[in-house]
Amino acid sequence: MSHSITDATLRQKTIAGTLVILYASITMVPLLWIFMTGFKTPPDSISYPPKIVYQPSLEGYVNLFTTRTRVSPEKLAELPPPKNFAEEIVRNREMVIAGPSKFGERFLNSIIIGFGSTFLSIFLGTLAAYAFSRFSIPLADDLLFFILSTRMMPPIAVAIPIFLMYRQLGLSDTHLGMILLYTAVNISLAVWLLKGFIDEIPREYEEAALIDGYTRFQAFYKVVLPQAATGIASTAIFCLIFAWNEYAFAVLLTSGTAQTAPPFIPTIIGVGGLDWPAVAAGATLFLLPVMIFTVMLRKHLLRGITFGAVRK
Amino acid sequence: MAEIVIENLCKRFGAFTAVKESSFTIEDGEFFMLLGPSGCGKTTTLRMIAGLEIPSGGKIYLDGEEISRRPPSQRDIAFVFQMFALYPHLNVRKNIGYPLASQGMKRRERTAKILEVAKILGIEDILDHPVSGLSGGDRQRVALGRAIVRNPKAFMMDEPLGALDAEFRERMALELRALHDRMGATTVYVTHDQLEAMQMGDKIVVMNNAVVEQFGTPKEIYEKPESLFVADFIGSPSMNFLDVDGAIAEGQSQVSVKGIPIAVPQQHESAAGDVILGIRPEHIRFSDRANPSARVCAIEYLGTTQVITLQSDAGSIKARVDSSQSVEIGERVGLEFESCRISLFSSATGKVLRSALHGRTQDG
Repeated sequence: MSHSITDATLRQKTIAGTLVILYASITMVPLLWIFMTGFKTPPDSISYPPKIVYQPSLEGYVNLFTTRTRVSPEKLAELPPPKNFAEEIVRNREMVIAGPSKFGERFLNSIIIGFGSTFLSIFLGTLAAYAFSRFSIPLADDLLFFILSTRMMPPIAVAIPIFLMYRQLGLSDTHLGMILLYTAVNISLAVWLLKGFIDEIPREYEEAALIDGYTRFQAFYKVVLPQAATGIASTAIFCLIFAWNEYAFAVLLTSGTAQTAPPFIPTIIGVGGLDWPAVAAGATLFLLPVMIFTVMLRKHLLRGITFGAVRK
Repeated sequence: MAEIVIENLCKRFGAFTAVKESSFTIEDGEFFMLLGPSGCGKTTTLRMIAGLEIPSGGKIYLDGEEISRRPPSQRDIAFVFQMFALYPHLNVRKNIGYPLASQGMKRRERTAKILEVAKILGIEDILDHPVSGLSGGDRQRVALGRAIVRNPKAFMMDEPLGALDAEFRERMALELRALHDRMGATTVYVTHDQLEAMQMGDKIVVMNNAVVEQFGTPKEIYEKPESLFVADFIGSPSMNFLDVDGAIAEGQSQVSVKGIPIAVPQQHESAAGDVILGIRPEHIRFSDRANPSARVCAIEYLGTTQVITLQSDAGSIKARVDSSQSVEIGERVGLEFESCRISLFSSATGKVLRSALHGRTQDG
């Protein structure tokens, strides 16, 4: 083995590796616990001492997606045999499925609002960032500061005015209203982050494209955008994470048609006692889209976060 | 291909003037150098010709057509950037073919054209490589390929050799010049390197502080500098400057420097204020009887010639003499100036005084 000064010894590698794995395990425990709880039966989920080895059950997921009614044992006996595994699980608790729950709908709302506002923030943010980066705009610095200043106030401070305004405009509890609101919050982040990324792209690329016979917009679209992909991807992740997780505005401004998953999940607790497996199932499913999106873009994200730190 | 006429071109960025009322003509097929120190406005001039900057005033004619307000895509001018500016997300083939794609050329024609250009530049074997892994020289060739592939009316080159290492510069300079001679296209080339300009250019414009100082062939610029700046900027070591006693009258053919009489070309112009005498190091010979006398302070041996630094009665002087001539430090020698090569400059204006050497000429 070589002994250059940068080579770690086996011992050092072992120690470092152990520490990293230990830290990762500690941070993963709550997630793992949620994931496991989702597959427990309600009694297992609250048993003491907590069960690590248990018989997995889909009861949490069934409860998450259905509403159920309790029936008497006599009535239960009269019913035809269960048509599927879900009915079987429910009948074991002396209940029948009354209909689907609202979770699917709320989840879809989250997806529409989360991705919609992310798309809009990125679309507008990229155009604005490009303009700020490349053109001489009167009062550009003041405008940029003004854009940033929208983020200085805690969102909850403006919640009541927005609530009143939305009621007047008919935007309360609508998808459009929530998309606009999250876009408004995210756009300052998007403009600032993207401006930094676009500033790093040499102007010569666009100038070369202009010389090569393309218009300014074509140069932006064909040359700048591919270069900014890294920045756009990481900005999109930040925007999506915010819009996806946002709770305060969602509780205040949505109740029915446009309610997102975050304010909905806690309401599961109220239906028929503390149904921890259903809550855990909801949380698990809720984690998935952002996780998938982040994993899909992770190469860009890592490059994006360290972008500009090292001179190429 | 194309003649480019620059008329009173100027460019201001807010309060800063980058280019001041410049005029010159680039003839068809010329290899034309824009030379000057950094920040003198040469790159801005080039960018205005290419359409990357809109002039604040003045006109640019390409083949008789006024183009100063047209977008770059409508000028049919190619540009080679100092940092090459190859599209990093495309491979070599696509980089070279990019200008053709914008013209809507058919794929098959495009492929043929790209191959033709690649052959000229000797880069057929790297056509499918990504540009990120290429050496400096190959990047340069790809950038040139992208420029020549569409047969533009003229080429603009912004210090294209600036990013290459010294060894490679020499070779690329030759390649560039050969390529130009083969294509016969009008080329405008920006550089701050006077050697590069002298070596490659048919004509040179020397710029300083946003103005054109002189415009001419390398020989004219070197032998008949129009201003103190040009005299100083061109040539290595640069011209020797000595303060002349008193004023200059028309017809005069002798001046005195610190009391020493020196013959100069017959003057066609008088000058009231301070006057500076300029002589190139190679126009000084050693001769025991001659005046002024000087002491040898340092010797730089350069192979075929040697540069001798002297402390004379007239001031500090550098002379370039044959290296076969034996000189020793501390030795006293007499200096003989080749009088027909001497230029006199007005210290107030920085301009040369008209004389037998500097005929009554030139205004752009």
